[in-house]
Amino acid sequence: MNLYHYASPPNFYKLAGTLVPWAAWSAAILGVCGLYIGFFVAPTDFQQGEAYRIIFIHVPSAWMGMLIYLVMAFWGAIGLAFNARLPFMLMRALAPTGAVLTAVALWTGAVWGKPMWGTWWVWDARLTSTLILLFLYMGTLALWSAIEDTKRSDRAGALLTLIGVVNVPIIMFSVVWWNTLHQGSSIGVTHAPKMAATMMQAVLLMTASAWLYAIAVVLARVRRIIVERERKTEWVQKLLTAEA
Amino acid sequence: MEWASWSEFWNMGGRGFFVWSAYGVTAVCVVAELMWLRHAARQSQRRLARMQEWDKSPEQVGS
Amino acid sequence: MGRFFLSVLRRDLTIAARRRGDWLTALFFFVMVSSLFPLGVGPDPELLKLIGPGVLWVAATLASLLSLSRLFEDDHRDGSLEQMVLSPAPVVLLVLGKTLAHWMIYGIPLLLITPVLGMQFNLSADAIGVLVFSLLLGTPILSLLGATGAALTLGLRGGGVLLTLLVLPLYTPALIFGAGAVAGVMAGTGAEAQLSLLGAFFLVSFIVAPWIAAASLGVSLE
Repeated sequence: MNLYHYASPPNFYKLAGTLVPWAAWSAAILGVCGLYIGFFVAPTDFQQGEAYRIIFIHVPSAWMGMLIYLVMAFWGAIGLAFNARLPFMLMRALAPTGAVLTAVALWTGAVWGKPMWGTWWVWDARLTSTLILLFLYMGTLALWSAIEDTKRSDRAGALLTLIGVVNVPIIMFSVVWWNTLHQGSSIGVTHAPKMAATMMQAVLLMTASAWLYAIAVVLARVRRIIVERERKTEWVQKLLTAEA
Repeated sequence: MEWASWSEFWNMGGRGFFVWSAYGVTAVCVVAELMWLRHAARQSQRRLARMQEWDKSPEQVGS
Repeated sequence: MGRFFLSVLRRDLTIAARRRGDWLTALFFFVMVSSLFPLGVGPDPELLKLIGPGVLWVAATLASLLSLSRLFEDDHRDGSLEQMVLSPAPVVLLVLGKTLAHWMIYGIPLLLITPVLGMQFNLSADAIGVLVFSLLLGTPILSLLGATGAALTLGLRGGGVLLTLLVLPLYTPALIFGAGAVAGVMAGTGAEAQLSLLGAFFLVSFIVAPWIAAASLGVSLE
């Protein structure tokens, strides 16, 4: 399979079109399985009672928020290196989903904190780094919306994401350090309970579901971006008249 | 995990509010993202269709 | 190449010397913002001692950020920035020269006035010493990261606020280690670890940021 075949927008458009429903359905099925195991098979946790079940969305969304940022940086770097259009389109399609999942991780993490520690917000290492990650996403989105020229906008965002990616491990390290110094490691909302095998299964299923959901949504979004940006080309014109 | 009854399930050992608001907000975000995707696609389609019409009949624009 | 760097540096310093208002404003901002906190939280000396390092670090950060959006803007507006970028000298040197000039103009005055503000917050001499040293490492980091942000937001509406939005998350490790160093000294646990981490962060910023800033200038000027 020649991967360069899909580097051309029309071919990628078609590929994405076939992948979206497949990914969406897989996400839904895995999600249902994961939630079923999470709520009807996994036992009550000895220490945290039933509230721990939030883990089944908190962990997947947190991981995806992080992963998507890395993938954004990857496509941004490819776009800069090869001066190609499609990688930038993928990068921009990823950002909103990444931001939403990070916000979900933040919310679910905070809500988990209230029954555990009695406060709606806890400055523990994981939540604080998630908050900073959300700031990074918002900064990138703000930069894109401030720049009108598409080419400059793409490349500026790619550069910003690159410097963000270099910084992210440093940020996480510093926040962990800060947290253990100030509060001791007793406060950690996301100290997952000693996971019974069923809990782990549910988390993994939900993570796979979140990942496929992200793939489906991002591919759907990038299809729209491709059509908008390539509207002057013949293949898009044909597509639009066919759809009309 | 054997729930004794549905009401126990919703109660989640007294933590129902937290568990369900977490899942609830997540569901809202997912639905919102999907709706936003559809809305943006529709908008984009309409705009592009309009632009195609302008390209076809330039004399009618702005006259 | 060295001459290019020095000429960029000298030029910026000369311009700043003629426009005393700029750096004095930033300095006054630092002083005023720091002084607002006791007004906000009350004059209890023990409380002020606790929040002092953090407050002074944040105030110094904001004061530096104020001036960063102007780093390339004046030259951009009169066209000299493009000329400098188009010249055969490496753009990285241009960035480094301007960053160093920015730090000298805006960072050093902050460092000089910090001991006075430190006394306002009832910090001990040891703590003030570590505070100044941590800011000595932190302010250049801010100039470096800020230069990248300034290059990315060149000429955009709302540039200053956007720049702050972009740079602050990237700067948090410096804030954590810097303020943490002072807190460590005050708690008696020492500041070595934090200061070495801060130093490492400075090195990473020094190595990475100028290149990305140079690339960003290229992107923004096309």
